[in-house]
Amino acid sequence: MSSTDSTLLRPRLLGRTTVNAVVLISVLYTLLPVLWLVLAASKGPDALFGSDLLSLKDFSFGQNLRDLFAMDDGQYGRWYLNSLLYAVLGAGVGALVSVAAGYAFDKYRFLHKEKLFGLVLAAVMVPQTVLALPLYLLASKTGLVNTFWAVFIPVLFNPFGVYLGRIFSQGYVPDEVLEAARMDGAGELVAYFRVALRMLGPGLVTVFLFQLTTIWNNFFLPMVMLSDQDLYPVSLGLYQWNSSASVSPEYYPVVIMGSLLAVLPLILAFILLQRFWRGGLTAGAVK
Amino acid sequence: MTATTQSSVPATAPRTAAPASDTRARKAARRRQLAACGVLMTPFFALLVTVFLIPVGTAVYLSFFSDDQPGLGFGPERSVFVGLRSYTAVLTDPTFLGGLGTVALYCLIYIPLMVVGALALALLLDSGVVRLRAWAQLGLFLPHAVPGIIAALIWLYLYTPGISPIIDLFAHADITIDFLGVHTVIPSIVNIALWSNLGYNMVVFYAALQAVPREVIEASVVDGAGPVRTALQVKTPLVRASIVMVAMFTLIWALQLFTEPVLLSQSSPMISSRFSPSMYIYDAAFTRNNYSLAAAASVILLLFTIALSYGVTRWTSRADAQEAR
Repeated sequence: MSSTDSTLLRPRLLGRTTVNAVVLISVLYTLLPVLWLVLAASKGPDALFGSDLLSLKDFSFGQNLRDLFAMDDGQYGRWYLNSLLYAVLGAGVGALVSVAAGYAFDKYRFLHKEKLFGLVLAAVMVPQTVLALPLYLLASKTGLVNTFWAVFIPVLFNPFGVYLGRIFSQGYVPDEVLEAARMDGAGELVAYFRVALRMLGPGLVTVFLFQLTTIWNNFFLPMVMLSDQDLYPVSLGLYQWNSSASVSPEYYPVVIMGSLLAVLPLILAFILLQRFWRGGLTAGAVK
Repeated sequence: MTATTQSSVPATAPRTAAPASDTRARKAARRRQLAACGVLMTPFFALLVTVFLIPVGTAVYLSFFSDDQPGLGFGPERSVFVGLRSYTAVLTDPTFLGGLGTVALYCLIYIPLMVVGALALALLLDSGVVRLRAWAQLGLFLPHAVPGIIAALIWLYLYTPGISPIIDLFAHADITIDFLGVHTVIPSIVNIALWSNLGYNMVVFYAALQAVPREVIEASVVDGAGPVRTALQVKTPLVRASIVMVAMFTLIWALQLFTEPVLLSQSSPMISSRFSPSMYIYDAAFTRNNYSLAAAASVILLLFTIALSYGVTRWTSRADAQEAR
């Protein structure tokens, strides 16, 4: 009996080990480059180019940090604030706009509704690079090119948020609740802002987080729209510095340190809002 | 994806009212609802028109017109209708066709690797034998929080001799490897994209797998299917909707390939300024200031995207129909 048990057990044990090994290797693949960034950020230029990352000599995390914020009259701090402004404000306003439209798509009936919704879904597919030149021409005609608004207004548009908003509204806001609010004599908009929006909270956070990520990552649009370095987001600023680095290597440590700091807000947002976006992903994936 | 059902608008008029005032009250309620619907939708559709419809229309318009200098170069420039001239120019331009080929090769390597890799990891994590599952998921997801340009920066350094510990490691084993050479540059870009998005798509698949009813899996285990067979023949078909969605979004993003090659082009002579269609558009519009050429290339890229996405949905819905039969 025991001999058959062990022969049965051996392949299963082997399977478990293989599975865990594959997952471990994948996790190392995703984590090690980030670890490299952390280690490289704490190194002076000599250790960086000696690829001598694990030794503790030449530890200059603080020095790199000071250099980063001192470089080019503290441009980095300005870029960071710009990015926060574009991303947090843009994602906040954008999520409210998209979820409101998604809710209206779910709860109201009107002519050509599904055709209109099809247009929204089609907008998800259109590459940003296709829109860049016309947007640039439009912005230069209205005098908005190279201003805050040239980057801020286009990023508010989030058709995928409308799609998610519609699904969340279906899932979280029962029609009965709406009907009860109407019975109580609440107007339609009051019912939305006082009752429905509260129930849509987790969905709103998910859309916000998705949009925050997209805007924080945004690179192409600012590259097209902005020539004033004071308006750059971090992504474009680091790109600029990296292109200077090939000529003046003193930029390398600050680019690495700047990259490390630019990763932090999203990690923070994802960890703090974890409860919400996990549910949001399920909604997006299952339907 | 569009499988949303029509929701009914609940009747709002009180039932006790007389029929005539009933219909009037109903009409008033309907008007109020439409007004509210309009208010909720206006901000979004204002954006849709200004930053989507008008730009798409402008791109199409620009692609048919060209700024021609009037005779001898005197006087203001004016737009002249040139028909399909810009399209012919783009489609016969070897650099544009080369860019299309590059993106096609990139998609062929990247999309299968991404879909299979993310699905395999999700199935492994769903199998219940992985230790520290929540931590593994968090670790895999981490690169999603790294902005694309910074992911490209990190990997650019990891591809750069003298900085990269990877190249150093290979050198110790007497292997010289050039990550940015002729044959390695596309796989190197695939690697950056894969690294950035693998964990995110894994989480999407994992969420879908969690929604598979446990009874279905138990039934297959009772039927004597091993864990591998359960994963491949029971679980995988049940999450097909998410597979299609992930493949579709991966495709749409892959066709826009821009950020990674632009950054790598700062250090690799293998990447020209027209490496991908998106880079071609940028180069035509903002380096060569040839708006009609850029617009025509934009429209072509747009048509490609639409055709391929439509193909994916059609292909999968036909597979679904065959399955149902």
